[in-house]
Amino acid sequence: MKTIHLDGHEIPFEDGQTVMDCALAADKPIAHLCHLPGYTPYGSCRLCTVKIDGRFSSACTQPAREGMQVESETEELKEMRLGILRMLFVEGNHYCPSCEKSGSCRLQHAAYNAGMLDPHYRPFYPKREMDASHPDILIDNDRCIFCALCVRASRDVDGKAVFDISGRGLATRLVVNSKSGLLVDTDISVEDKAVHVCPVGAILVKGRGFEVPIGMRLYD
Amino acid sequence: MPSIQEHADLLIERMGNRPLQILIEIQRRFGHVPDDAIGQLSTRLHIPFSRIVGDVEFYALLSREPKGDYAFLMSDNITDWMQGSRVLFSRLSKNLGNHASLSNTSCTGMCDQGPALLVNGLAVPNLSASRIDAIADLVKRSIPVSSWPEEFFRVESNLKRQSWLFDDWQGPHLKGEDLLQALQDCALRGRGGAGYPTAKKWNACREAKGEGRYVVCNADEGEPGTFKDRALLQHRADRLFEGMALCADIVGAEHGILYVRGEYRYLEDHLKEAIARWSRPGFEIELHWGAGAYICGEESALLESIEGKRGIPRVRPPFPVTHGLFGMPTVVDNVETFCAVAAIASGGEKAFRSLGTEKSKGTKLLSISGDCVKPGVYEFPFGVSVEALLAECEAKDALAVQVGGAAGTCLDKTEFGRRIGFEDLPTSGSIMIFNASRDMSEAALNFARFFADESCGFCTPCRVGTSLLAEALESATRGGEAVSEIENLNIVLRASHCGLGLSASRAVMDMLKKFPEHFAAGRAALEGR
Repeated sequence: MKTIHLDGHEIPFEDGQTVMDCALAADKPIAHLCHLPGYTPYGSCRLCTVKIDGRFSSACTQPAREGMQVESETEELKEMRLGILRMLFVEGNHYCPSCEKSGSCRLQHAAYNAGMLDPHYRPFYPKREMDASHPDILIDNDRCIFCALCVRASRDVDGKAVFDISGRGLATRLVVNSKSGLLVDTDISVEDKAVHVCPVGAILVKGRGFEVPIGMRLYD
Repeated sequence: MPSIQEHADLLIERMGNRPLQILIEIQRRFGHVPDDAIGQLSTRLHIPFSRIVGDVEFYALLSREPKGDYAFLMSDNITDWMQGSRVLFSRLSKNLGNHASLSNTSCTGMCDQGPALLVNGLAVPNLSASRIDAIADLVKRSIPVSSWPEEFFRVESNLKRQSWLFDDWQGPHLKGEDLLQALQDCALRGRGGAGYPTAKKWNACREAKGEGRYVVCNADEGEPGTFKDRALLQHRADRLFEGMALCADIVGAEHGILYVRGEYRYLEDHLKEAIARWSRPGFEIELHWGAGAYICGEESALLESIEGKRGIPRVRPPFPVTHGLFGMPTVVDNVETFCAVAAIASGGEKAFRSLGTEKSKGTKLLSISGDCVKPGVYEFPFGVSVEALLAECEAKDALAVQVGGAAGTCLDKTEFGRRIGFEDLPTSGSIMIFNASRDMSEAALNFARFFADESCGFCTPCRVGTSLLAEALESATRGGEAVSEIENLNIVLRASHCGLGLSASRAVMDMLKKFPEHFAAGRAALEGR
């Protein structure tokens, strides 16, 4: 049996698995946002950054190799992850108390786990347009973290191409595939996987606000 | 006049499935990329509309909004600043009518003859107050750019020191297995800065499984302060093509692509003629243009760009030698590396081995700019000390030398004995000199803003961290408590996806450490306040 070493634990892996894959399988999860089992590894959020044989790498994209020494829960990496999470919070407009996703939000959950108590950096307060054009689906761009899970789900699962990432640097933005730039003019449907993979509250189904009471939500 | 759709159709007929190259042509023709053209491309090439929007919004030289009849982009490198670009920028902005636009862009590779700008994509170097006024006058009189004085667009090569790489070698011609062996014996390493052994790369590509293969030349030199490939493209294009063809012969490729940064558009006619003149049966070289994105100098981002996508660096592994352009095994090397191969192949082998140091054989082209009497392109044997090149370019009173561009290392006086080479100072060739009158906090801020502008936006630490770094530096120059913040950002940036984020804080950290008195925050700390 081939194994890697993760924080001193010996973890088995099969060929083709990434460090993230085998860590999850062994119930030794590494914090992550843009990764979702079953989807093409992407590596954009960098939350799963680990140190492999002394070099930083994202666990979700790194193929496991026999005898790899992987560090994850070290002070250095915890500081890095806290920094990344704070960056995600100040970059967008994340108001948890009024967000429908609160309690089921993977960004919020990761921040709690990382012990994040304040945003530390100066918030950017970006001005981003909301797209409420579609009768069933809402895009709240304030909350988008550009993980491209919706892009991948639409392309790889739904067989469509509803979402894309556009722009560059801080002007990076989520766009939809229509000339008007509005979701209503795309071929999306509320059953699409792309509507349901968003780790934050950027893509929401309309007409069912705050369905699950506080205390019973996914991460409560 | 053909409509926008008809124009797009003509370009598709002529250029085929090359979305980015077509977008560049549309931008040139209309001064922007109209939505109608995006729609036509989307329909005809079966690419989602949103993906083409993504392209246009990614590349700095493309725009969805009209930019007027005269679109000015002022080169914003630290060397431009040192030559007075910021004063000229405001001088020009006060004298432009409303059918012109003006903004900044990253280093355009004219540092030895700056300040420089681009007008409708064409380089205008050697700016002065009088040239700026003349330009403003041409705009005022609505004279089209094509009728502007030719001398405005004259770019000098400033070749100050040529040796091995430029010599005319007349030896027995090596190719195939013999050449591969020679490259290995020579220990030739890539000239882009990372120094990967060339023979090893080519061999890996040759042995990879694939239906086809590509040879790609990276002529996207965008590192601030670099302009030496420009000289090779101008004066040794044949040698470059020869190097690419020798590579193609070894790895078994039939297609070569020369990807040139959009800022060098003035070389278009020259390169097209050179390619046509050179042509060889069984191997074709295609010219591709960049469209203003520093990140495309990263080899996998460059491949994405050739494929017509946003220049986002790929996840590695796999590497281009096994999964490169369109998924095929691909060699990506820079201009200088291919030229070096051609020189080795045509008789320069023995001389190559006698030059340089133990681990850095041969010579290195350096682009030298900043505070010196003779800025330009210099070819030195590897192992040359910083001191020696300062003497050669007549830099007096140097305070600091930035080696390797914004992503490189900043040296103070005590380090001028250090040597160019993989053992000590690896570099793609950018050397920027600062004399004792300079404020290094300006350089730090310039570099930090450069990375914030050029971050591709893919990964969190770089997308957000580079902007936070620029902000923290602005605070540091004003006297804020920013030093610990910069150290924190330096840690988080190490989680970045690619080298851009990983090197974004390097020079800044060097400058803070070596020149604390140049930063208000540093001065306060030194004075114990």
